[in-house]
Amino acid sequence: MGETKVLVLHPEDNVAVALTDLRKGEKIRVVKNGRVIELVLKSDVPFGHKVALEDIPKCGYVVKYGNPIGRAKVRIQRGEHVHVRNLESTYVRDRVCRDE
Amino acid sequence: MCMFVTSRARMSEIGCAEMNSSGQNWILGFERPDGKVGIRNHVAVIPTVVCATVVARRIAMSLRGASYVDNQFGCSQLEPDLEVTFRTLAGVGRNPNVASVLLVSLGCEELPVEKLADTIASSGKSVEVVVIQECGGTTSTVDKGVAVLKRLVEEASRLRPRRFDVSSLVIGVKCGGSDATSGIAANPVVGYVSDKVVDLGGTIVMSETPEMIGAEHVLIKRIAEPATRDKLLAAIKRWLKIAEERGVDIVGAQPTRGNIAGGITTIEEKSLGAIIKGGSRPIRGILEYAEEIKGRGLYIMDTPGNDAMSLAGMVAGGAQMILFTTGRGTPLGNPVAPVIKITGNPHTYARMRENMDFDASPVLLGQKTVSEVGEQLFELVLEVARGKLTRAEVLGHNEFVINKILPSL
Repeated sequence: MGETKVLVLHPEDNVAVALTDLRKGEKIRVVKNGRVIELVLKSDVPFGHKVALEDIPKCGYVVKYGNPIGRAKVRIQRGEHVHVRNLESTYVRDRVCRDE
Repeated sequence: MCMFVTSRARMSEIGCAEMNSSGQNWILGFERPDGKVGIRNHVAVIPTVVCATVVARRIAMSLRGASYVDNQFGCSQLEPDLEVTFRTLAGVGRNPNVASVLLVSLGCEELPVEKLADTIASSGKSVEVVVIQECGGTTSTVDKGVAVLKRLVEEASRLRPRRFDVSSLVIGVKCGGSDATSGIAANPVVGYVSDKVVDLGGTIVMSETPEMIGAEHVLIKRIAEPATRDKLLAAIKRWLKIAEERGVDIVGAQPTRGNIAGGITTIEEKSLGAIIKGGSRPIRGILEYAEEIKGRGLYIMDTPGNDAMSLAGMVAGGAQMILFTTGRGTPLGNPVAPVIKITGNPHTYARMRENMDFDASPVLLGQKTVSEVGEQLFELVLEVARGKLTRAEVLGHNEFVINKILPSL
């Protein structure tokens, strides 16, 4: 396995973790379930932060470690940095997404 | 009576030729009279109360082969805490890594010393007691204790380890001094080993309940029995209540500003990154602090996040080894169980090299997969279970702190 720039922690994840500081416009190759996914980064993604592997609709679940870690506050595009701006915990009181 | 003997298990010599394991996944174990298997052969010197710690430490330091187990309590404690102290000391004495036990008592402590000696001796081990108030003070008790200890060490040294299957292993998993690399590299690598050990028939115990807040929804899905699910949820609620009574909002305070800067967005994400070290297998039971681990598979023990308290609880429960992940680097060890230090942070591995046993950073650097590095860690687990000393053991780290909830009287 050669050097990779992001890590997918579980086959069901829709985000990957940056293993180095990544720049907007950078092309990334990710192997998920044996399939190669190619992404162009829509924003800078610092080391340790998350990048969306696919489009996530508003209030859709963000999945890491094979489990939901919260919901998308706004629609998240593939290649976008996923963090406090567009992801919310289901534990906090003030949140955009309520159970439907 | 200055000294009394509770029991004298027959110390039979066990032949070393016999092999009851096949393939590569064997460990070198010491079979105890109760049928449990230890990977170390310590004689534990345990003070039954804080007043006996100096004497106990001097006795233990006089001879090779003895291991000192610290205890700051044993008196002036409210009942639930005295019970926890008792259970922890009894559990450490009964841990299969311990061959025999010397208890050092003051004489007037609230902790019931004879009952403690009997509880440990019911596992078939030799337990002896020296009592400071009966022996004539510090130096006389040290002299007496050293003479007794010498005999225990000689007897223990006659035991020969033999091969056992890896399914005899009971491993505690813990993270401490975490950083952004813990949830990405070190914990997933330990999680790989946890799954492998469980799949091979062994046992994993994961602790630090406060770190599970935010991952309850995932954990309960892995528990078959409704009563066990309720037990976990009740334990988590108890921690939230304790924090709330002190004005601490655990959920609101997580993730911390430092976590957010490191890329953690939600409490769910932080907790999932912590519990991944226990792997993904079904959870068989929820144990009280220092409760004996009786079955096989994956267990959760309800302990604080505090590293030394958590380790003491799991080792008292019967863990023979600890897999400890750290981002910042910590030297912590344990008096009877080897602690393997794993970091996913390449800078920490370089800076804290003398305290680190395993470098999981190839995952972080994108050079190797979690399963490739996990296989390497599993090999180290086998080596340590065959006698290789960990850094914490070589450096003499024997930190031991018993959990405590209430104020002392």
